[in-house]
Amino acid sequence: MSGGKFAGIDIGSRSIEFVIVDDNGVVLCSQQRDTGFDPVCEARELVAQYPHDLLMATGYGRSLCEVEFDCPTVTEIKAHAKGAHASISGASAILDIGGQDSKAIALYASGKVKKFEMNDRCAAGTGKFLEIMATNLGFPLDTFGDAALEAQEEINISSMCTVFAESEVTSLIARGADRKAIARGLHYSVIRRAAGMINRISDSGDIIFTGGVAKNRCMTTLLAKHLQRRVLIPEDPQAIGALGAALLAMESTSG
Amino acid sequence: MNSPHEEMWKKLGLNIDSHNALLQVLGGAYGDIYLNQKNRPKGMEYFDFVLSEIHGQRIQELLDEQAAGRKIIGSYCVFVPEEICLAGNASLVGLCSGADFAMEEVEKLLPRNTCALIKSTFGFRLGEVCPYLESADMIVGENTCDGKKKAYETLGTILPKNNLYVMDIPQMKSVEGRALLRGEYVRFIKAVEELTGVTITVESLREGIRTVNTKRAAMHRLLKLRAADPAPISGLDALLANQVFPSDNPARFTDSVNNLCDELEKRIEAKEGAFPAKTPRILISGCPMAVPNWKLPAVVESSGAVIVGEESCVGERNTRNQIDDSGTTIDELIDALTDRYFKVDCAVFTPNNDRLQHIKEMVKAYNADGVIHYGLQFCQPYLMESIPVEKALEDAEIPCLRVETDYSMEDMGQLKTRVEAFIEQLQ
Repeated sequence: MSGGKFAGIDIGSRSIEFVIVDDNGVVLCSQQRDTGFDPVCEARELVAQYPHDLLMATGYGRSLCEVEFDCPTVTEIKAHAKGAHASISGASAILDIGGQDSKAIALYASGKVKKFEMNDRCAAGTGKFLEIMATNLGFPLDTFGDAALEAQEEINISSMCTVFAESEVTSLIARGADRKAIARGLHYSVIRRAAGMINRISDSGDIIFTGGVAKNRCMTTLLAKHLQRRVLIPEDPQAIGALGAALLAMESTSG
Repeated sequence: MNSPHEEMWKKLGLNIDSHNALLQVLGGAYGDIYLNQKNRPKGMEYFDFVLSEIHGQRIQELLDEQAAGRKIIGSYCVFVPEEICLAGNASLVGLCSGADFAMEEVEKLLPRNTCALIKSTFGFRLGEVCPYLESADMIVGENTCDGKKKAYETLGTILPKNNLYVMDIPQMKSVEGRALLRGEYVRFIKAVEELTGVTITVESLREGIRTVNTKRAAMHRLLKLRAADPAPISGLDALLANQVFPSDNPARFTDSVNNLCDELEKRIEAKEGAFPAKTPRILISGCPMAVPNWKLPAVVESSGAVIVGEESCVGERNTRNQIDDSGTTIDELIDALTDRYFKVDCAVFTPNNDRLQHIKEMVKAYNADGVIHYGLQFCQPYLMESIPVEKALEDAEIPCLRVETDYSMEDMGQLKTRVEAFIEQLQ
């Protein structure tokens, strides 16, 4: 479709991303807002504000969109694979850590999904975990990673469960442990879990890191160090799912 | 609403309020999941009826037979031979274990990290909602996994009629393993004879073997028809037939399955299906799905794929392989019977390479595009085996998704995303 505009919307547990591409896949618009308690209302505003020819929805709220906008949907697995491969080619795997879930996706050279792993029911090892821990330690979320990187040592945190880790952190604080060192330990515990997921599906090659947690410098540094593999961050790591959905919308019209 | 069966349930000692609540949930789920399906074969009406009367008319029928002197034997496992029960003038029924019930009571007796199937067994007893369990003259437990083996010790203490019989099951496919299984079947014959007062003869055992062979042959006919594209029947409907297999009257069940198959053959000829041609085809492999556990198949078939086979005890593991009925002595028939059951490739066996082979054969036979390995949370044998299964399938370039879940609905979102993403992978 010449001159067409294709939209992708990714409704996650924490944020909604909205991307529009032209018929060459070039990003024309990228928006983000909090999911809040009424994701349909938020989505409706975005969709109305930016005119487009076709919309594709992804993320945990995709079925809400399907009902609201009568649009096709795609899972966040396929959308991330599409978006990440379009942003950075040649990687063998994607790690996506979002607000309340995390996934590792292995790719064929063509960018197609080869295999994937997702975290199970709880939010252990996700953005939510880091957010709660940052609050406990009194760090703003956007500098939590930098503070952890400055730590002189690393305190091992054994609990992955958010509730158990909270009490572990509380007792470490009570013992007078350095809060940066605790922060680093917390980051490392998320890395160990993420690395386990990646290793189960892919054993070599570059990794594209997406999702809000990819903006945390400590996470990207520790991940590369732990896996001894190159970790690449797309320009706007949170928008990759929406970008993928928009690109899939575009492809769906080109037969 | 008063059911015409309420008197009967009261006499059996069921908790009427809880039982009504269970039936209501069951009926609701059945309506949503089953009756909403498109393009169902007409032959499924029989199974709809059986399910609607699974705690009603079928129980009445068994109780009438019981009043006339026939015994009811309840079982939880495909290793318990129906042939022997029938030969001893007893009916074998599968016992309820496919839904969470009375969990607070259950967790007083079992560790929380016990698989949903075992917990359900206890829940139906403690909640007093399983008419099969309450009416059975003998309950057969079996030493398959450690969970069941140890749970039976406790179950034995809460059965109202104190009528638990435990069968030992080998763990290796060796000469000694086979001898153990054969010995257990000889012991079971004696136990059935003692229960019913009927001596099992060459004739009656052969008759029992023939009845069950015919039933298995009908089911196998059904399973093979699912190889067609478009699939003539949904996986949910085929699963229902598998689920009813151990509870229904054998002869009537066999006829109904054969009628269904006649219809499906015509559908295949007319290229009609439950789903359009080229719908992604999935084989489910792993833990059994007892009534009313329709969770995973409902997710799969509402996400744009069709299930074409169940490598499961509620499925092909129970229905394949016939018993040679040509023996002329009891010993020969018991040998033939043992040979059939010894082929069951349950994950409690080690090693269990036959199962890997069988999964691959089924993928080929039913033209499946991928396999979803279904493991119940805390089911060690199947969860352990799921990793080598996945590896073997990947080596054979067959896509595989490992799913670990239970009977609760809390992981439906994640489950749906996983299954949908797997289906996208197959397209």
